[in-house]
Amino acid sequence: MPAQLEKKIVPLEFEQPLMLLSQQIEALEKQLADNPNPDLEADISQLHEQYNHLRRSLYANLRPIDHLAIARHPQRPYTRDYFDRWDPQWIEVHGDRQGADDPAMVAALLTLDGIGVVAIGTQKGRTLRDKQQCNFGMPQPEGYRKALRLFHHAEKFGLPVVTLIDTPGAYPGMAAEEHNQAQAIAMNLRELSALSVPVVALVTGEGGSGGALAIGVTNRILMLEHSVYSVISPEGCASILWRSGEKVAEAAQAMKITARELFSLKVVDEVIDEPLGGAHHDADFAARVAGQAIAGHLRDLGKMSGDQLREDRQSKFRRMGSFIESGS
Amino acid sequence: MDLKEWFASRRQKREAMQVKQPLTTEEYCALWTQCFQCRELLYTRDLRNNFHVCPKCQYHFRIGAEERIEQICDAGSFAELFSNLESADPLGFVDTDTYPNRMMEATRKSGLKEAVVTGTCLIEGTACALAVMDFGHFGGSMGSVVGEKTTRLIEKALELSLPLVIVSSSGGARMQEGIFSLMQMAKTSSALHSLHKAGLLYISVLTEPTFGGVTASFAMLGDFIIAEPGARIGFAGRRVIEQTIRQKLPNEFQTAEHLLKHGQVDMVVERSRLKEVLNRLMSFHARPPAGQPHNGPRGRQAAETVSRR
Repeated sequence: MPAQLEKKIVPLEFEQPLMLLSQQIEALEKQLADNPNPDLEADISQLHEQYNHLRRSLYANLRPIDHLAIARHPQRPYTRDYFDRWDPQWIEVHGDRQGADDPAMVAALLTLDGIGVVAIGTQKGRTLRDKQQCNFGMPQPEGYRKALRLFHHAEKFGLPVVTLIDTPGAYPGMAAEEHNQAQAIAMNLRELSALSVPVVALVTGEGGSGGALAIGVTNRILMLEHSVYSVISPEGCASILWRSGEKVAEAAQAMKITARELFSLKVVDEVIDEPLGGAHHDADFAARVAGQAIAGHLRDLGKMSGDQLREDRQSKFRRMGSFIESGS
Repeated sequence: MDLKEWFASRRQKREAMQVKQPLTTEEYCALWTQCFQCRELLYTRDLRNNFHVCPKCQYHFRIGAEERIEQICDAGSFAELFSNLESADPLGFVDTDTYPNRMMEATRKSGLKEAVVTGTCLIEGTACALAVMDFGHFGGSMGSVVGEKTTRLIEKALELSLPLVIVSSSGGARMQEGIFSLMQMAKTSSALHSLHKAGLLYISVLTEPTFGGVTASFAMLGDFIIAEPGARIGFAGRRVIEQTIRQKLPNEFQTAEHLLKHGQVDMVVERSRLKEVLNRLMSFHARPPAGQPHNGPRGRQAAETVSRR
């Protein structure tokens, strides 16, 4: 009964036609319950068919801005949701050892499909209180330094690293600047590029700029189907280049932010399918598929030596860019 | 010549002198520059001779890559490298104008092909690899070419065992190249890891303004970080922070002096002393590693390598 399943899910703007249809079905079903009528039953089953058809065509033709909306869906599974599903006994570790612990960056030791890994991910909050504590998923320099501490830990014990990316970007605040946000990110880029253990990143929601890349310099970059990854938020891009907050859709289109587009630009190694409508429709399924994909890549990478892994990662990023070289 | 003729010729002479037209606004502006800070009118030639620093209030004007190279390199020692790289348009990016058009406009304004100039040079006799960014070209933004040229220069420094100096001035990543410009942060930082492991010196010089993706990658990874007086340096822009925290920021926030106070840069150095300070830092580190015979500073040997090229 799709109409009833959908009820718990907060609909997005572009899903409105689907919502209307589902409400119609619901009303008719109520009527049917009161006085059984075979004609009505036939109508309803036809509407169900129409609903399923609309649903499939809707999600097959999403615009970049629709992907962005799904990536930011308030019910989308976050880092902790994935950790919970991968390993219910995962161990959380805290702190950068220099004076703070940033809840926007979660660090964990967990077993993924039989492989012990150091897992790090950005965390958006679910409740308002959580959200405020996590700065809506925007880490402070302390968060990046916590991540760095665990990268070094993984290196010491030869553990693979898995990172989950879902952040609008690094937090732009006064204390963040004074505690040197830029240096914290830069240091992560440099150190992460040189680890001699397998490192795999999965973009689960928003991959926002340098704040995402700081845990994204990895051997393999995977993206969930509806996740996005960009150099600046489409809102920021629209306000700078178009000088208008209303051109977000155009900016999202122009920057090529969706998983499939980035896959065809060869920046992303694999796009992982989500349940129809997005990961929030079936978090268990999404987590299982993503976990298996990551574990598969970790097994592949595990065949390489430490030097090969470093070389693989550094040459991957060395090749990135697009330019014209004329004869000198 | 009677008196009448004499008066007439005098009048002619005076009129001939008046033919000299007054300066047009543009010429006047080229000749005189008003200090942005103290509003003093400065004779442009004097200003240039004074490193483009206001003699009255020490305001450091923005300068382009060419002038910076002139100021810190020994005359004629700069040998440009990788000038044959040009931006492509990987995304076919169009906002209110196309990216190739914006590139042409930027080149017309700055006279440069890209926002960074790279090469090798001598600084008071010490050889080094030098990259200078130019804010006048596309806001000094980092796209694929800036990332590639910088990375190649780092690799060149590794190959020739040269110290590296990067003078940054940038608004951040170049949005028109989307994800590719973001990835340049990883590319340059990763190359710097190799330089770091090789034990080579890297001095980062931050100038007005240095922000975003450039600050959050190679600009903050120097063994030493030097900032120019008054330069605004940060990760997020001032307006973004003010919107996020919903309050006005103090004036000195994100200035070189503020960064010095918060332990983010090693020193704030006036432009007139930059060359000397760079040389002193490089010479100091040119000593051979302990336990090895002293066979002349590393810098000098490398200088020969450069001059032989």
